Amino acid sequence: MADQIALTDYLVLGDDPHLVANECTSCGARFFDRRNACASCGATAFTTVPISTTGEVRAFTIVAFAAPGIPVPFVAALVDCDGTSVRANIINVEPDPEHVHTGMKVKLATYPMGPDSEGTEAIGFGFEPIN
Amino acid sequence: MADDVWILGITMTKFGKHPDLDKIDLASEATLGALADAGVTMADMGIIAAGNLMGAAEGIGQQLQKQVGQTGIPVYNVANACATGATAVRTVIMAIKAGEADMGLAVGVEKLAGAGLLAGGSRQDDSGTWQPHGRYGAVAPVDGRIGTEIMPGVFAQIGMEYGHRYGGTSFELFARISEKNHAHSTLNPLAAYTKRMSLEQIMGDIMIAYPNTRPMCSANCDGAAAAVLVSGTKLKTLSLEQQRRAVKVAASVLTSDPWQESCQILPDVNTLTRNAATQAYEQAGVGPDDLDLVELHDCFATAELVHYDNLMLCEQGGAADFFNSGATWRDGSKPVNVSGGLESKGHPIAATGIANVWEICHHLRGEAGDRQIADAKVGLAHVIGLGSACGIHILERSAV
Repeated sequence: MADQIALTDYLVLGDDPHLVANECTSCGARFFDRRNACASCGATAFTTVPISTTGEVRAFTIVAFAAPGIPVPFVAALVDCDGTSVRANIINVEPDPEHVHTGMKVKLATYPMGPDSEGTEAIGFGFEPIN
Repeated sequence: MADDVWILGITMTKFGKHPDLDKIDLASEATLGALADAGVTMADMGIIAAGNLMGAAEGIGQQLQKQVGQTGIPVYNVANACATGATAVRTVIMAIKAGEADMGLAVGVEKLAGAGLLAGGSRQDDSGTWQPHGRYGAVAPVDGRIGTEIMPGVFAQIGMEYGHRYGGTSFELFARISEKNHAHSTLNPLAAYTKRMSLEQIMGDIMIAYPNTRPMCSANCDGAAAAVLVSGTKLKTLSLEQQRRAVKVAASVLTSDPWQESCQILPDVNTLTRNAATQAYEQAGVGPDDLDLVELHDCFATAELVHYDNLMLCEQGGAADFFNSGATWRDGSKPVNVSGGLESKGHPIAATGIANVWEICHHLRGEAGDRQIADAKVGLAHVIGLGSACGIHILERSAV
């Protein structure tokens, strides 16, 4: 099997793919990017925590007109994963308002983005409806 | 106690397409107009604060001086996203309150006619090898893969989140907000678009990011606006006519977004607006009920709805009912965006936060012609720049 690499460093691959966040050890604020200090309280120590792989769509849009090179339409959303907000696309769903709604339950899903010139496969993520 | 600050003169250019004018022409036109309106000259100015977001590194203030008067005064070139104009006004106000000047000029200008989406850019080809870059360690561009970076999509989600929390929203409701603003601009000869649009036209237009169709998005256009501000002490030495037309700055507030749980995922335009409104009402000693008209930052129809609530024009959670009551139409109890707003008047970014102050002043002076809100005494102008910055000015008619 060829090597795999995650689309971002907060996506953990393997048998049980999940997202992780940098959690401030002082106030519990969570960040998906690296931070110099906590935006909430100013402390500088962080620990890595797993994020729930299921959640609820709190807001979405269906982007029909995007920058050149970006396939449309797609569903962009804010997913509430047990109290941690996550930005992601809603995938494996018809991208129309009849099939996507706020409050819908979703779960993390990964998909292959293709190999690079050295054969490494990038793996992206989104959330898909829980049927 | 710091001196009061007043708007002595203010103007905006026609918003729209100005193919034969560059941004310095537009900034000059607005500046010379504001000086004439104020009855003063560049020699009276003690400070300039100037904004041109798309050319933020070019020094629009000094470029402007070359055309209207190089008097050697301090120039502050400001950039604060879509709050750039309000930031220029606030910078001059702070200088006057600090006693460093008794009169100053705030100006904002943008050339955006024909510009497309202003964020996201175009996607770069994926590189030959998946290499992590940036603070998220992303191996490829994420716009379109992990949500959206385009403003119509960001603000669509902001409106949808409000609807999810409080209910009452729909594609049609958001489109009706746009219908109102496109109706209002038919009375504004300086608006970029002055054609009324039906609800069917708005809903049937090109979808940009559901539920925002094209006419529900702010209109990219060219334009400039400028204001001459003066201290209360200095104003008393000027003519009675100048004092009569001067408009009092009852509150001037700028806030940024305090940390909230989801703000790294979806910009929180609510908390900083509510904070700014609270401070502004306290400074001015007025409440939302006292406002005769409001110009708020309807960069998208979905944004206007949430700001009814953030500015406390309605009960918390009650923005949809408030709009459905007809309150925010020009003949309603709380007219909002009688200029046509960003969706129809247009949104030349750095000019917007001065043009909305101009609109309020125009009504307070009783000079708004066909769209005059009768006997307007107090008005509020609000802008939001993502990142974020919120500027609010509350303005009061002169008692002279």
